[in-house]
Amino acid sequence: MWLYDFAELTSKIHAGLAGSLGEGLLTTTIEMSLVGIVFLTFYAVLGLFLVYMERKVCAFFQCRLGPNRVGIFGLLQTIADFIKLLMKELITVKSADQFLFNVAPFIVIIASMLAMGALPFAKGLQAMDFDIGILYVMATSSLGVLGILLAGWSSNNKYSLIGAMRSGAQIVSYELSVGLSLMTIVVLAGTMQFSEIIAGQESAWFIFRGHVPAFIAFIVFIVASTAETNRGPFDLAEAESELTAGFHTEYSGIKFALFFLSEFMNMFLVCAIAATVFFGGWMPLHVPGLAGFNHVMDFIPPVVWFFGKTFTLIFLMMWFKWTFPRLRIDQLLTLEWKFLLPISLVNILIMALCVLNHWYF
Amino acid sequence: MVDADIKEKLDTVEEYLINMGPQHPSTHGVLRLVVNLRGEIVKDLKPYCGYIHRGIEKMCERNTYPQIIHLTDRLDYLSAHINNEAVCLLVEGALDVEVPERAKYIRTIMAELTRLASHQLWWSVMGMDLGALTTFFYGLRDREHILDIFEENCGTRLLVSYNCPGGVMYDIKPDFQKKVKEFITYFKTKLPEYEKLLSGNVIFQQRTKGTGLLTKEEVIAYGVTGPSGRGSGFACDVRKKNPYSAYDKVQFNEIIRTEGDSLARYKVRMDEMRESMSIIEQLIDNIPEGDFATKMKPIIKLPIGEYYQRVEACRGEFGVYVESRGEKNPYRIKFRSPNFANLSALDYMSRNEKIADLVAIMSSLDLVIPDIDR
Amino acid sequence: MNAIAEYFSDLFGGIKSLLQGMSVTGKYFIRSPKEIVTQQYPDNRDTLKMFDRFKGEVMMLHNDKNEHRCTGCGICEMNCPNGSIEVISKWEIIDEKKKKALDKHIYHLGMCTFCGLCVKTCPSKALDFGQAFEHAKYNRTEFNKILNKPGSVLTKDVKE
Repeated sequence: MWLYDFAELTSKIHAGLAGSLGEGLLTTTIEMSLVGIVFLTFYAVLGLFLVYMERKVCAFFQCRLGPNRVGIFGLLQTIADFIKLLMKELITVKSADQFLFNVAPFIVIIASMLAMGALPFAKGLQAMDFDIGILYVMATSSLGVLGILLAGWSSNNKYSLIGAMRSGAQIVSYELSVGLSLMTIVVLAGTMQFSEIIAGQESAWFIFRGHVPAFIAFIVFIVASTAETNRGPFDLAEAESELTAGFHTEYSGIKFALFFLSEFMNMFLVCAIAATVFFGGWMPLHVPGLAGFNHVMDFIPPVVWFFGKTFTLIFLMMWFKWTFPRLRIDQLLTLEWKFLLPISLVNILIMALCVLNHWYF
Repeated sequence: MVDADIKEKLDTVEEYLINMGPQHPSTHGVLRLVVNLRGEIVKDLKPYCGYIHRGIEKMCERNTYPQIIHLTDRLDYLSAHINNEAVCLLVEGALDVEVPERAKYIRTIMAELTRLASHQLWWSVMGMDLGALTTFFYGLRDREHILDIFEENCGTRLLVSYNCPGGVMYDIKPDFQKKVKEFITYFKTKLPEYEKLLSGNVIFQQRTKGTGLLTKEEVIAYGVTGPSGRGSGFACDVRKKNPYSAYDKVQFNEIIRTEGDSLARYKVRMDEMRESMSIIEQLIDNIPEGDFATKMKPIIKLPIGEYYQRVEACRGEFGVYVESRGEKNPYRIKFRSPNFANLSALDYMSRNEKIADLVAIMSSLDLVIPDIDR
Repeated sequence: MNAIAEYFSDLFGGIKSLLQGMSVTGKYFIRSPKEIVTQQYPDNRDTLKMFDRFKGEVMMLHNDKNEHRCTGCGICEMNCPNGSIEVISKWEIIDEKKKKALDKHIYHLGMCTFCGLCVKTCPSKALDFGQAFEHAKYNRTEFNKILNKPGSVLTKDVKE
């Protein structure tokens, strides 16, 4: 059984630190900085890998090779890109509002990093385990829209403003659908805490246990979160062929890199939430009744399960992006208010009905 | 610099000006559009062309007739064969020279291959403008087969000067027929994929249906020809009205749709690709033996007078007008470029449309800017 | 009632068309190693062969005895639309007769539009297109080429 509980490791580290330095502010500070360093490293490495994955996947869809010159199979390509971005000049726009202009990329990054802290990577490997985990993640990921609006406004540029306004309207509308589809699962699970949700999926994943309403909720969640992260067919805020580069036109160098990075990390975040809530997070695939099969599945480490599911969903989102044309802003809002929202409201009623009558597995 | 009249018509409280400048990812070439927007709605549009004016008509005045041909393929470079054919037909018509049958067949097949290649490029770019970036690669990948055929037979891929007064410059290679037939078999399997990827897509249909309406009267008034005109019901195919080369020997349909929106223009071009393939199939096995060119005098002088020749280029009716004063250079040459007339209708078509639709409308018109500026 | 039926048929019809589009790209992804059409250019120079009519540059044909066919008549210079050819001839005494011969045949690669008129109108078929296409140089003067190598004229030719 590989369901090693990381809580043992963390409590050992805590005991070691408290033993030598005493239970006080110093221990807490050291632990927090350790967590911070681990997260920052993870964030950076994951960002590099995701950009590389996007370029390779996109290339295979388009019948061409991706980057293949820098390093074997082009693995060092993203590092080269980021070094280039770091060395670029940070162009200061004189007529822009300097403070807001500089603060905007950081707000976006901070929002996604905060939300990432609540994700469970394995049993016990979770930075913060609130009992309102889902609500916390939704709240912090919504802070990102502030950064986008500030970026568009403070650039003092018509194109950026149009892009930011469109993006703001889009994100705010789609949050409703995201929230409602997550609520559907909360109704099924009975709790908002991530570790409890995953524990409840030990017999089978929620998407199978909650049959029809959970499946509809999953579809709604994927569509709505693609729109939340300004990706795929909903990327008119940064539509290259319409408005040059939308809200991040005026940014160059490291600030642009931060916007770019935060888009990929948001994509990872929403796919990780979908994997946790619908597909069991780090819980291996268990079929109720087949004990032998379940044992075999347990041999694959939970971290592998978690990342496997997340990357499959990321691949799905990339598939959307490279196949479909872009939606216009009014079509996008029509999709949300006339299709996704009524469907998710009805779905939540159906799920409530199912739960009350025990019509689930 | 924006004209004074567009600035004084601007209601500065509600409206604002946007400059889709000469360098822009979606204006295919260097075209500057000054767009007057109210929120997302386009109120007025003014195109500024001339950024790629090279003085081709003036250059033609110091060149002899065979030397004009290589300049015409730099006008609308995607229908290079057809432009060359126009000048050759004009010279041959003025001098009453009979072109051998083999040359006529070769010219027609090359023209239809050019039309296919041009429509493939248009399809790629239309998808890319609307956001489906993979269509760019699929269309270009298939177009490479045609360009390989051109490279093998004519020497260059795009700016071929293969036609010359009297016929064509070289004979076709022995495996030309085989390669063209292989390509047609290959492409017939790809067209249904194009339909599945873009035409059938609900997002694409919603973005193009009902936008950029152009009625038949407006089409005739602005002089919009080609697939853009035929999408609004104007039957203007020069290949049917004044057949030239081998077009009177083939059976093909003229594709006309009456809705007049971007989706209609899109469908006209997709169906035209099928018609081109059917024309090539009818001709490819029956190329008659014979000379590939008649011998012309070394110095070609047209008799005094005015001459006009029109052909169906990929984007409309391409016309060449020559006023000759009996010398070996034309006194004045004028090209009637189809894209110039198509561009003039853009303002009418995009009134009260959203700016995202403006991009879709421009792609559906299929403009090539060097043709506008000459 | 009609509106509700239309709502659902729109919804499911839309989803079906989206899935069809995804199947096309998905098919290319799964078959991807075979479907890659990129030519890995600088690495495949050994196997890269251009077609024999490919217009890479204009060159003067020389045979093994280093003889060319150019008589210095200047017809190519007259036919070139933009002056990319300059023919400089000299007078030579052959068999006690003064004949015109070629001194230098200057070809400006930077100005040539590859129209093919010089190749076509040469009476002695002295010029032809070469297949080399890697012409990038650091200095613009290297584009003014002299096409005739130090050699002499072949006697079997058309005029003069």
